Amino acid sequence: MPSADSAVASPMGSRRRIHTLAFDDPSRALAAVRALRADGFEVDDVHTPYAVHGMDEALGLPETRLGLATLAGGLLGAGVAFGFQFWTHAVDWPLVIGGKSPLALPAQVPVSFELTILFAAFATVGTFLARRRLFPRIAVTPPSQPGPGVTDDRFVVLVVERDAGFRPARLRELARELGPVETVEGWRVM
Amino acid sequence: MSAGAERVEELILGNPTFSQVTNEIASPMERRPGPAWWGAFLTAASVLTLGVVLIGYTMSTGIGVWGLNRTVGWGYDITNFVFWVGIGHAGTLISAILLLFRQRWRTSIARAAEGMTIFAVLCAAIFPLIHMGRPWLAFWVFPYPNTRGPISVNFRSPLLWDVFAISTYFTVSLLFWYVGLIPDLATMRDRSTGWRRRIYAFLALGWDGGTRTWQRYEKACVLLAGLATPLVVSVHTIVSFDFATSVIPGWHTTIFPPYFVAGAVFSGFAMVITLLLVTRKVLGLERYITASHFEKMARVLLTTGMIVGFAYATELCIALYSGNRYERFTFENRAFGPYAWAYWTMVACNVLVPQVFWWARARRSALVLFVAACLVNVGMWFERFNIIVTSLHRDYLPSSWSYYTPTLVEMGILLGSFGLFFTCFLLFVRFAPVVAFHEVKLTLSEQRETAHAVR
Repeated sequence: MPSADSAVASPMGSRRRIHTLAFDDPSRALAAVRALRADGFEVDDVHTPYAVHGMDEALGLPETRLGLATLAGGLLGAGVAFGFQFWTHAVDWPLVIGGKSPLALPAQVPVSFELTILFAAFATVGTFLARRRLFPRIAVTPPSQPGPGVTDDRFVVLVVERDAGFRPARLRELARELGPVETVEGWRVM
Repeated sequence: MSAGAERVEELILGNPTFSQVTNEIASPMERRPGPAWWGAFLTAASVLTLGVVLIGYTMSTGIGVWGLNRTVGWGYDITNFVFWVGIGHAGTLISAILLLFRQRWRTSIARAAEGMTIFAVLCAAIFPLIHMGRPWLAFWVFPYPNTRGPISVNFRSPLLWDVFAISTYFTVSLLFWYVGLIPDLATMRDRSTGWRRRIYAFLALGWDGGTRTWQRYEKACVLLAGLATPLVVSVHTIVSFDFATSVIPGWHTTIFPPYFVAGAVFSGFAMVITLLLVTRKVLGLERYITASHFEKMARVLLTTGMIVGFAYATELCIALYSGNRYERFTFENRAFGPYAWAYWTMVACNVLVPQVFWWARARRSALVLFVAACLVNVGMWFERFNIIVTSLHRDYLPSSWSYYTPTLVEMGILLGSFGLFFTCFLLFVRFAPVVAFHEVKLTLSEQRETAHAVR
């Protein structure tokens, strides 16, 4: 039932009433997200066993800027590598090898190339894990996961009650048309 | 789409349901290992133990226990190193380059090939380490504040470039492999109980399959593939610099980087074929790793085999055309000298054997594939042996010419590296999904959509 207390403040955030619609087919889940959002419902997230293509657009998610982290990591790696080689060979302990200049740039390319890639890879993965709050956990079930099926064969759409204007009757009506295999109501800290 | 205009290729046979995919791939990890696994594991572990003992003997006595002499300073050690690094290349090719080219057939075999990459690079790393003679000082190859000056490492040395190339390659491959594993570890977490569940949950990093996570995940994978692609090309290029930048006839050639990279992919694919033929049979994964996968890998083998053959011919032609008597002598000596047997073994295995794959029946026959892939592995090992030992054993001064014969210790260490490789691979198939659940499910759903559209 929608009520004024659908958002209850808690120390960790606000608890909200959520309705989960579980599908066994990716295209149905995709159609459901589009229909629900078109009807004014707020779809918080869809949990899927694999990356369903088009789901991010259906949810209206903006394009990720993860590539910027890669670029920054790469530039840092190249800078560190060139800088360190320059410092060791031309500044700290200048060595003339084979009559060549201590600053032998072409010879510095391979190491700089490798470190560019190494730093860029760490920046990409590190940023991804940090931004998605993915870290080793003792808890055996992540609290944000709506049931174990989403890593197997369930595509679970989470509809959240944002305010008193929520229409449960309309949701039930839509759910009948969309054909989820299971619907559950619950609370969630968001 | 016009009906029938595009043949729908079934990459996964029999249109299983998603939960069937999960069950079938996870079941080999969940049941107790059978006698076949134990037999293979105990054999591999024994051979690994032999290798460990012989490495201990080498370290405690000195590398004088090997057959190296003043003329041939690199023998089995560096041959094995280049061989194993090469094996690793197919994994990155399948997981990164084929991802960028959107080759869907990669999904079933990518995980196993990536695992193979990591274990092969691990095997490779042993050899430069032990050939140093004092491996406990191996950390000297890294630049760190020290009391020897402080003088830093020589960044102008290709051997140092190799340190950076191999360590970056290993680290990035491991990262790529682990990122690919996270969603699958979550699947295993949700299927298992007890301590297994705790370990999988710890490693799955709290994965919940949300769309935001998947969106970033896919982007991260594409970015990593984009980084791994130039990396894999650079690694064997730099390995070839170890030779190409020195003024030794037979080594000092500009063809080395592309020739090494093609050879690496060639040998790596041969190893993937060998491993997967056995793995899919033992684990019952015929539905996912199909004859069509092997057919495609056989085509790669044929193509790269011909690139390698072309490189052999180019080397001979240039040696003749250059007018350089030392260069010419080296190649005459390679083909008709004391090591001619090694040269012609290489040519037979690498150039002639893959020609069988012009025939579709050969590409689809498990027996032909297995035998040919094993022979290619032998051939590619001999390629490195030829490059290294044959070029060294007769140098500018005939008075210092010699012949290199490996000792049993060296042979045992080579065997031991195979033991390490197979021990790691056998443990991997027990504890991690050897076929990526999530990638196969994506391929499956795309296959269904295409089938629907064509119909």
